[in-house]
Amino acid sequence: MGSNWDWQMFLQDPGGEYPTYWQWMMSAWGWTVSVSVLALIVALVLGFVIGTLRTLPDSPVWARLGNAWVELFRNIPLLVQIFLWYHVVPALIPPLRGVPSFVLVVLALGFFTSARIAEQVRSGIQALPRGQRYAGMAMGFTTFQYYRYVLLPMAFRIIVPPLTSETMNIFKNSSVAFAVSVSELTMFAMQVQEETSRGIEVYLAVTALYIVSAFAINRIMAFIEKRLRIPGFALPGRAGGGH
Amino acid sequence: MNLDFSFMNWELIRAFVLKGFWFSITLTIVATAGGILLGTLLALMRLSGKKVLEVPAVIYVNGMRSIPLVMVILWFFLLVPFLIGRPIGAEISAYVTFIAFEAAYFSEIMRAGIQSIPRGQVHAGQAVGMTYGQNMRLVVLPQAFRNMLPVLLTQTIILFQDTSLVYAIGAYDMLKGFETAGKNYGRPIESYLVAAVAYFVICFALSWAVKRLHKRIAIIR
Repeated sequence: MGSNWDWQMFLQDPGGEYPTYWQWMMSAWGWTVSVSVLALIVALVLGFVIGTLRTLPDSPVWARLGNAWVELFRNIPLLVQIFLWYHVVPALIPPLRGVPSFVLVVLALGFFTSARIAEQVRSGIQALPRGQRYAGMAMGFTTFQYYRYVLLPMAFRIIVPPLTSETMNIFKNSSVAFAVSVSELTMFAMQVQEETSRGIEVYLAVTALYIVSAFAINRIMAFIEKRLRIPGFALPGRAGGGH
Repeated sequence: MNLDFSFMNWELIRAFVLKGFWFSITLTIVATAGGILLGTLLALMRLSGKKVLEVPAVIYVNGMRSIPLVMVILWFFLLVPFLIGRPIGAEISAYVTFIAFEAAYFSEIMRAGIQSIPRGQVHAGQAVGMTYGQNMRLVVLPQAFRNMLPVLLTQTIILFQDTSLVYAIGAYDMLKGFETAGKNYGRPIESYLVAAVAYFVICFALSWAVKRLHKRIAIIR
């Protein structure tokens, strides 16, 4: 098999939008990054709001809604959720018809991940010593104020490590966008494998790009974690899991 | 948009969905069993303290964990026939892939489980003359397994959800069953909705059961 490599295929013309397969692959990487980064923003915003709601004192309705949200988006496979956004939501909500599948995938991946981030945020807030909340109350802060100035900044800083793995998960999960024909890396790999029957070279290149991306995120998040680490505040480690 | 679920009857479920449902379930069980077995082996390699065993295990586990599952599914679908010289079905390919992929995740869980056993127990085993194998089999692994049971089961639920990704190679799983039914009856929207409900009910019930188990185990400890 070693003698049969044909890396020059990346310089050939796929006969479409892009002059070479190489440029097509770079564009696909761009789509993977865009889907992931936008979905991450959606997931962080929603995840923080919902995770916070679940810890609010004296508002069982909001907490229950937050719990329902998490259960709903955690217990349906991502691929099924993407199909729901792609086939079902536009049919039920007419204004969403004609929205590009890129946007729907961002929403699907963002909502899916928001449930997992909400879970991290909730456990982050609950891991804080109870005294911090009471201290905020004793200072005369309103609920909004002691969340804004006391609990959330602390919680954010202690959940950076699980957020790192969620960020890496988003990148990996963006591959599921192939199912609704977003031309990201996995879609590229599948299409070019069929067109050129140079599957091994294409898969190797795409896999390398995923690994490079994962490594880059890991470094970026490690840097953020180092800058944000709270001196003298350690939480017990968690066992791995999830994808 | 009018939703009409009247086409969803037992006849249709039996004709299209059941076959896929059983495949999803079998794939989950086989991949969990195989993944835990292979994963435990990888965890033991990683904790062995011998570089020859440790390094390949680390590369394998970290490599698998940085690639999307869909890519791994595609890889095996491409490579396995290439290596054994004849085409294999998407279903068999899925079994191989999921065992290999999940092993990486299960190995991390088992590693945490093994490390949760106090060193003193290992030393006690050595002191009564147990070999490494006996020590692992009789003292460490049973407890590691029990401590990690909730996490292992949670991973199994995630694994069940991930079986839907065999869509990439066209294997006939539960999602495919619903999709085919929806296409045949011209009711794709209702079909996807029912598929979502089916996955939700199964996964929600399972995670509820795991939560209960977790509570009971927590009391024993």
